[in-house]
Parts: sequence; C-alpha cells; structure tokens
Amino acid sequence: MASRASDSPIVTVPDARVLDVERIKADFPILSERINDKRLVYLDNAATSQKPREVINALLEYYRKMNANIHRGLHTLAERATSAYEHTRTHTADFIGGVKPEEIVFTRGTTESINLVAYTWGEQNIGEDDEILVSEMEHHANFVPWFQLAQRKGATIRKLPITVCGHLDLSDIDNLINEKTKLVAVSHMSNVFGTVNPVKDLAQRAHAAGALILTDGAQAAPHMPIDVTDLDVDFYAFSSHKMLGPTGVGVLYAREELYRDMPPFNYGGEMISQVGFDKVTFADLPYKFEGGTPNIADVIAFDAALSYLEKLGMENVHHHETEITRYALDRLSEVKGLEIQGPQDTSERGSAVSFTDKDIHPHDISTYLDYNGIAIRAGHHCAQPLMKFLGKVATARASFYIYNDRADVDALVEALIEMRRYFGV
Amino acid sequence: MMPLDEMYRDIILDHYRSPRGKKPIDAANVTAEGHNPSCGDDIKLEVEIKDNVLKDVHVDCKGCAISVASGSMLAETVKGKTFEEVSETAKVIRRMLKGEIDQPPDNIGDLGALAGVRQFPVRIKCALLAWVTLIEGLEKYAAEGREGRIVVSTEKDDEQ
Repeated sequence: MASRASDSPIVTVPDARVLDVERIKADFPILSERINDKRLVYLDNAATSQKPREVINALLEYYRKMNANIHRGLHTLAERATSAYEHTRTHTADFIGGVKPEEIVFTRGTTESINLVAYTWGEQNIGEDDEILVSEMEHHANFVPWFQLAQRKGATIRKLPITVCGHLDLSDIDNLINEKTKLVAVSHMSNVFGTVNPVKDLAQRAHAAGALILTDGAQAAPHMPIDVTDLDVDFYAFSSHKMLGPTGVGVLYAREELYRDMPPFNYGGEMISQVGFDKVTFADLPYKFEGGTPNIADVIAFDAALSYLEKLGMENVHHHETEITRYALDRLSEVKGLEIQGPQDTSERGSAVSFTDKDIHPHDISTYLDYNGIAIRAGHHCAQPLMKFLGKVATARASFYIYNDRADVDALVEALIEMRRYFGV
Repeated sequence: MMPLDEMYRDIILDHYRSPRGKKPIDAANVTAEGHNPSCGDDIKLEVEIKDNVLKDVHVDCKGCAISVASGSMLAETVKGKTFEEVSETAKVIRRMLKGEIDQPPDNIGDLGALAGVRQFPVRIKCALLAWVTLIEGLEKYAAEGREGRIVVSTEKDDEQ
C-alpha cells in the first residue's frame, strides 16, 4: 500500500478478495459486442470462456515474432518458439500445485487427454473382469472412452450413482470400489450441477483398493486453486479454452512413474529418440506423448491466460464466483415456474447453474434469451446419463466467470420473467 | 415484426399451448418415433393408413415450441390426404425452411407460419422433425407393405 496505516488511520482498504469486475470486463474485447442490439451478457462459460486482450495479443505475437517448429530447429526462431512452449509447460505444472514439468502433456483438449489415458494406460492395465467406476454425472468425455475400453477388454463399467440433490451417492462406495476396481473416473466439478466432488476422499479410497483415479478437471481448473498432489489424483485432465486460453489445447497431468510405464499415444515425429529399420526408440517424457507438431501457437498463448488468472489470484476467482453463484441461486429462485438443479449450498458447488422451466423447453429459453443478448447453453450438456437420471431431455444452464457481475444475473432473471409473459404461461 | 415474433407467431404459440392430434387412435398401422438428440425433442406418431389415405393421426411430441407446434399442425393437415399429397407438403415445408422459396404457398394454411423459423438456422430441424418422421415412417410402410415401427433421427438426415 502507498499510504501506511500510521499516516492515514481511516483508510478504506478494498477487500483484496473482491475482483474489480468493471476493469476485468474492459480486458475482454468481445464483451463490448452488441447482440441483437443488446449488451452481450455472456453466461456460457462452462462451454468456453472468453479471451482477454493479453491472450489474443500473445497469439499475434507468436505469429509475428517467433513462428517456427519446436524442438528440432537450430535457428533463432525455433529457439524462441521452443523456449516459449516449454515455458508454458513449466507454468502449467506450477499452476496445478507445483508438479514436475515432464508430468504435463499437451493435447488438443480434455477429451483427448482422457482418450490418451484410455488408449495407453487403459490398454495395458484393464483386462477381463476388471472394473472401472464411472460417476453418473460425468461428461461424455469421461464416460465414452471408458465404455469403449471396457467393450474392447471385456471389463465392467460400474456406476457411481448420484443423489437427487446432485451429489455423488457414496452410501455404497465400499462395495463400488473393491479389489476388482482398476480405475475411478470422476469429474472434479459437474458441468451440469456445478457440484464439486470429494476427489481427495475418492482418491484415498481408490488407492486403498489398489486402483487409480482419473479426474476430469475441465470445469474445476478455471475456477479454483488446484493442487493435484494434495488431491492425490493419478491423472488430471483439463482444457485451456475454458480458462481464458485458446481452443485446441488440453492438459494431461499424470504421475511420472505412470507416464514411464505407459506406451506412446501418437507414433511419428517429435516422439522418437532413434528410428531405424531394425529398431525404434522413443523420446523421453513428456515428448513421447506429443507425437507430431503440437498446437504451438495456442499453447504459447495459454501462458498468458495462466498469468492473467494468477494476477487475479485463484482464491479470489473462487471467492467471486461463490458470491455471484449465491446471488444467482437466490434471484433465480424468485422466478415462478423455474426448477434449479444441483446443490443449493455454494460451499459445495461452482458456478454452473442448470435450470428448467416447467412450461418452456430449454431451447426456447435459449432462443428467447439470445434475443435479449444473453448467451446461455441449452441441451443435454454431453451428459445423457445424467439427463436420464433427472428424467429430462435437456436443461438450460447459465455459468458464470470472472467478468460476470450482479447486473448480468439481474438481466438473466428479468428476461426469464419477461419470457413467461411472452410465451403466455 | 421482429425476428423473434416471426418465429414465435401467434399461430405457433397457439398450437404449442394446445397441440392437436393428442387423442390416441386404435387402428394405427404405422408407428414412427423421431428424435433430435442434441435438442432433446422426441416425437411419436401413430398413423392409420388405408388405401393410401391417412385416415387418422396421433402426435405426441415432447420438445420445444417449434417442434410441438409443427407436430400439431401436421396432425391438423394430413388427415384425409394421400401419401403423395403429404410427401409434397413435406417437400414444400423443407424448401420453405431452407429459404429456397420466398413466400409460403397459400395452400398450406397454418404451416406457412413456420417460415419465420428460417431466420434461426439451428431451429430448422425442430420444425422438420415431425415431417421427417412421418415421411420415413410412411416410406418404410410403403416399401415393406406391413405394419412396423421406425425410429428416425433428424441429425442423421444428410440435408440438415
């Protein structure tokens, strides 16, 4: 602080945890777009986040000043690109709790990260009669790869059920995680309910039974501090594009010893050590999992996204979202005819809020809101098993991020009330 | 009229609020189910067809205003029509929604109200669901000459 307490005893210190949303909004050029001649209220952050100027500029900078293929070139541009790419790897390793850089593999997205594990570790370690425990609230990205693997191997998928309140139902967990269990696949935060799952507890239970745990962190990593070592997970997957970074960049964290034993995923350039007609040897970690030219530009720009979030502080991001989610849950409960899914207690959930209107289909809700400049998501959210559990074909979902404020929630609530008048229900 | 009102015309909202064709029919010989997986629209059609004429139709649609209204209008329109007449109407609706014809023809009645949907491309498949489902059901019936149940997904429709 510029002024010491002794100089001005009655200084109002702003709560360091409160984000300056007006200032943040100004960093996102797209937020000044007009949609149907209305102010854009972007509430589809669980699908993808918007990008700050720093990230957009980092992409331009890369193409203007350092575009080159990485790891092989001996010229200056190749050195710049390689150094920036590897810098992002180290930065990412720090961001999720200070793991080793070689424990970070870049992929195209969370889906590819999970498929990498299914096709490498899964192929080697899952056999007939083995069990994979998958929660009922998983995104298809953390369901279908395991379903397919089980089909290939004759293994069994078991369901970790959920409760009507949107929590994992752990009442039968001692039976569900047993000596046959080889893997527990669970999301850190549900993309439909917003529920934050007890990953650390599940990791301990999985390990006690000799199983591993893979956590889909796509919805959690953008919104809260992540420490994969403390969570004690074996695999953690997430995506750049939901946390201010570019599309086309996924991250896979795995413990080093697991990576060592896993076979490569994509065979080809970049991932080899020696290639001959008699023998091929593979590159060291993490390169043996990054065959081919990776998404260099977007990985490098992801670094700017991580820096932006760190500048705000992930604790503060989490605090802001808890506040805005509480406000949204309170205000949405005022809207007649609305049913809100998921936990009501903000200490148990993040900012993805799914809801349905008893009279109006989610797609009509989405179209109506879009006409008022409000972007939400409507559909099954790639979680059809969960929709089946809810007995619904679709829900509407508003999801908040660092640039959303109470005025955005108010705009949503007012439009939903007006919508019921419009449809005459 | 603003585009939103053009899609949600009064006629559409009326059909949505009180859909026609809800009454179950006893003598159905064609049953067809249609789905828009990404939207979650589900429609079930039962048709009694005799001597190439659609004698009666029952429509049960769970979905958005557009898919429900389109199904309701279908129920109102197709009764007493031949297979060929119904196919022709389905083609006209498709061309109208794809913007291949500017003005809805006079002879399709309330169905012209669906024209406003073409300004919302992602919703076109909602308006087409009932029609695609009916036509596929009838075609299968015609091809196999026997009663049958068919399941249609509009998202497999290559013209979408």
